[in-house]
Formats: sequence, C-alpha cells, structure tokens
Amino acid sequence: MKRRTVQSLALHTAILLGAAVAATPLVWMVSASLMPAGDANSFPPPFLPRRVTFEHYVTILTRLDLAWNFLNSAIVTVTGTLLSVVFNGLAGYAFAKLVFPGRERLFRGLTLALVIPAQVGMLPLFLLLREMGVVNTYAGVVVPYLASVFGIFMVRQYVVGVPDDLLHAARVDGAGEFQLFTRIVVPVIQPILVTLAAFTFLSAWNDFMWPLIVLSDARNYTLPVALANLVGEHVQDTELMMAGSVLTILPAMVVFLLFQRAYVRGILAGSVKG
Amino acid sequence: MSTALQRQQARVGWAFVSPAVLLIGVFFFVPVLAGLLLSLTDFDLYALGTPEVVRFVGLHNYGATLAGQAFWNALRNTLYFAFAGGPLLVLVSLGAALLLHAKLVRGRTFFRTVYFAPVVTTLVAVAIVWRYLYHPRYGLLNLVLGWFGLGPVDWLGDPHWSMPGIIFLSVWKNFGYNMLIFIAGLQNIPEERYEAAAIDGAGAWQRFWHVTVPGLAPISLFVGVTAMINAFQIFTEPYVMTQGGPLRSTTSLVLLMYEEGFRWWRMGAAAAIAFLLFLVTLAWTLVQLRLQRSKG
Repeated sequence: MKRRTVQSLALHTAILLGAAVAATPLVWMVSASLMPAGDANSFPPPFLPRRVTFEHYVTILTRLDLAWNFLNSAIVTVTGTLLSVVFNGLAGYAFAKLVFPGRERLFRGLTLALVIPAQVGMLPLFLLLREMGVVNTYAGVVVPYLASVFGIFMVRQYVVGVPDDLLHAARVDGAGEFQLFTRIVVPVIQPILVTLAAFTFLSAWNDFMWPLIVLSDARNYTLPVALANLVGEHVQDTELMMAGSVLTILPAMVVFLLFQRAYVRGILAGSVKG
Repeated sequence: MSTALQRQQARVGWAFVSPAVLLIGVFFFVPVLAGLLLSLTDFDLYALGTPEVVRFVGLHNYGATLAGQAFWNALRNTLYFAFAGGPLLVLVSLGAALLLHAKLVRGRTFFRTVYFAPVVTTLVAVAIVWRYLYHPRYGLLNLVLGWFGLGPVDWLGDPHWSMPGIIFLSVWKNFGYNMLIFIAGLQNIPEERYEAAAIDGAGAWQRFWHVTVPGLAPISLFVGVTAMINAFQIFTEPYVMTQGGPLRSTTSLVLLMYEEGFRWWRMGAAAAIAFLLFLVTLAWTLVQLRLQRSKG
C-alpha cells in the first residue's frame, strides 16, 4: 500500500510538472498582455500584472488596425472551411460508394500528393495565381484550403462504414443521387464532416507561409502575417505583442474547445486506423 | 444493376469527385510539375515582368545550388533540427502518453487537454511568445534556470543555442498531437498481455520492453515518419524568431527557398532548392521504412 502511495505521488508530480511546462507560456502570454506598458521588461520578470489594463487590446484593434486583419482571417477561414466540407465531402462519398470507371486509379493517383511537400508547388502556384489576377486577394489565400487529399481520405474512410442497404432503399424509393447525398448521406456522416470542418478551420486560421507569400498589402494580411509583420516594429512592446498573440490564438482555442471530440477523432482517423 | 443505372452512377460519381480532383490537380499537381520545369530555367525578377526572357538552363540551378555554401548550411541546419528535434519530439510524446495512460492518474481528461493546448495555438503567435521567454535578461526561462544556478543563456542570440531554442519551442508546440496517437495505441494493447507477462514474472521495466514497445511499433513508425517529414519543412519558427540567424545558424531549407524565391525573386534557383528538399525528404522516408522492415 505504501509503495503505491509513493508511486502515485511521483506520477502526479511528474504530470503536474508537465502541465506547468505546457501551460506556462500561454498563461504568461495572457498575463503579460494585461500588464501596463513596460512592466514585462523589468528584472526580475514579473509573472502576474501589478495592475490589470486592457489598453494594449484597444491599441492593437484600433490604432494598429488588427481588427481589420482579424476580419480577413475570419473571412478566409470560414469560406475555406465551408467549401472544403462540400468538395471533400462529395468526393469522399463518391470514392467510397459510387462505382465509376477509373475510380481506383484516380484515388491512387491522389495519394501521391501525400508524399510531396507543399512547398514544391508553391512557387509555380504563386505564378499561376498571379496570371489569374488573384494574388493579394482572399481568393488567392483560400485556394489551397478548398480540397485536400487528407480530407477526401478522412471522409471516404468513414463513408465506407455506411451500410449499402441504406442507399439502396433510398434509390428504390426513387431518390435522385444528389438528393440521396443531401437527405440520407449527409445526416449519417455528419460527425466526420464536423471533424473535417474543425481540422480545416484550425489549419487555415493558423496558416502562415502561404498567406505570407500570396498577400502583399498589409491591409489584406491575415492575422498571423500581420502579427509577424508587427513584431518587426514593436519588438520592444512586449505587452502589446502579447495582446496580439492572445487575439490570434483565442479563436483557434475556442473552436478547439467547442469541437474537441470531433478534432481528436480526426487525429486518430489519420493514424491508428489509417 | 442495369447498364442504364450503371452509366448514370458513373456520371454522378465523376460529377461528385471532379470539383475536388480538379482543384487538387490544377492547384497542386500542375504546380508541382511546373516547379520541376521552373527549376530548369533562369526565371528571375525580370522574367516576372517579361516572361519571354526566360531561358532553359538545364541543370544549371542544381549545379549552382550544390556548389554554393548557402544550400549546405541550410541542409545542415535542417538535418540538425530534424535529427535532434524529431526523436526528442517522439520521446516526449511517448513519455507524456505513458504518464497520462497510467492507471493511478486522476483528472486525466483535464491534463490531456492542457498537454494538447499548444497544438491548436497559432505557430506565429507562440513563436513570438517564446521569443520573449528566451530573452536573455527579462525572459522567464533564464529566471528559472537561475534558480538552479544555471545560465543566463542568450538563447536566440548565440549561434550555439539558437537551434536548440527553436527545437524546444517546436517540441512544446507539437508533442500533444503525437501523444494522443500514442495514448490510442496504448489503449489498443490488450490487458491480457500485461497480465500474462506479469505471471511469467516480468517486472515493470520488462513489461514495458516486451509488451508496450512491440505493441506500439506500427504507430511509432507512423509518428516517426510524419515527425521527420514535418521537421524537414521547418519554416515559421526561424522566420519569426531569428530570421534565420544569428550567423545563418537557423536558416532552414524552406527558409532559404522562400528568401531566394520571394525575396530575391530568383524563382528558378528556389524551385531547385524545393526539389532538393523533396528528394531529401523522400530518401529519408524510404530509409525509415526500410529500417522498420528489417527490424520487424
């Protein structure tokens, strides 16, 4: 019994230490964002604000126009998420349940994309979008989020488990294929569509390299690009930069907490079962 | 099924997959192939305005890239990051999974969420946060090290510490993801195997080596391969934290490609770097799969 207590104590100490390491940077970020200007740069560095102020949030949203960048991020992310659910959902379902010539070969061809780093296509993609006139626009940012092999995989894997009888019954009742998809299939596969949406939302919201490449006007920047740009001029303003970081992370955190289950399902679908 | 029905289903099938397939084809596969062509040209700033001046230069970009110091420096930094950071990431993820999987743990769901939180944060934002945590005078990390009589370390200003600094941030940011995969793997190992081993007189350590480790083997391969592929593509951390410095000690292959392509607009040369990165990634992935096969 005693040995068990010692073990339990050691285990919980280790877990608490790990939690402290995981959480401290984020807690400090929030704390520093509430400190009066200059306080974070004193010695020894304070962990909690001497006095709480929201002035940095006001500055960053109004004078530094990050509200505008927040809006850009929201538009790009929401558009990308909705469209990716439609496109990947339709394709994932068709690859799983509709018989058409060339299906297997096409699917195998798509899997090639999984071994090619995205950066390999970025330079020509930029030139292509430049020709199309969508560089420095929302459309240019959103293009890579619209369809993904990973997303199609995820949906396909889930749809394979839907019983064929369900589809046959609906066909016998005279439902058209599109109707069948929207009325019968979508409600059944809704969990995986939510997972896909959560995944796309977070990766689009947090994306940096592509929007950095395709956007050239500060006013069009998404939040991460604007933030990386801001740190160049305001590196001394620790508290201000932390307010910007909180603002950037917060929506991602909220979406994650709301859809935690669905998101975790996606991680496991991509590894253990796949 | 009648042929009319079959034909109709084939039409619908194509109609359903074509938006996604077209998007991936036009905006991924075509650019990848075009990238290969681009790497064989002298496409540069002038070519952006007047594409007619682009010339085919064969393998010149590859030759020039491989002959210059910048590429080898970036390759060395990328391999440093991948071969130090990759295994560390896998070990930390496994350690965290084992901790949270232990039977005695209370509040497991809560801790799992805390450990996972860094994964969903925005990399740019936390890279900025860590810049301040690494501050030689006002950073929390040196304060904590000071309690143990260590430091201060000029994390991002010293070429010897800049890469470890980036690795620690990256491990902190990513371990929760692999941890979840390992936890699922641990849950899939049947309890009877542990009981059988215990009956055979195996201690905790032996049970770990002879039951847990083999039980996790397929998942470890997946985690290991994806960790290395992701590591080879490191870009945002050095871009935000060090701009590739000090003394180019954190310039990665992708950062070099970005600078060549989008800062200096030497897109032919940048495309060559991108393909060399692809080859390095592919080569190491094949080695890893081979290693695993010879072990199993």
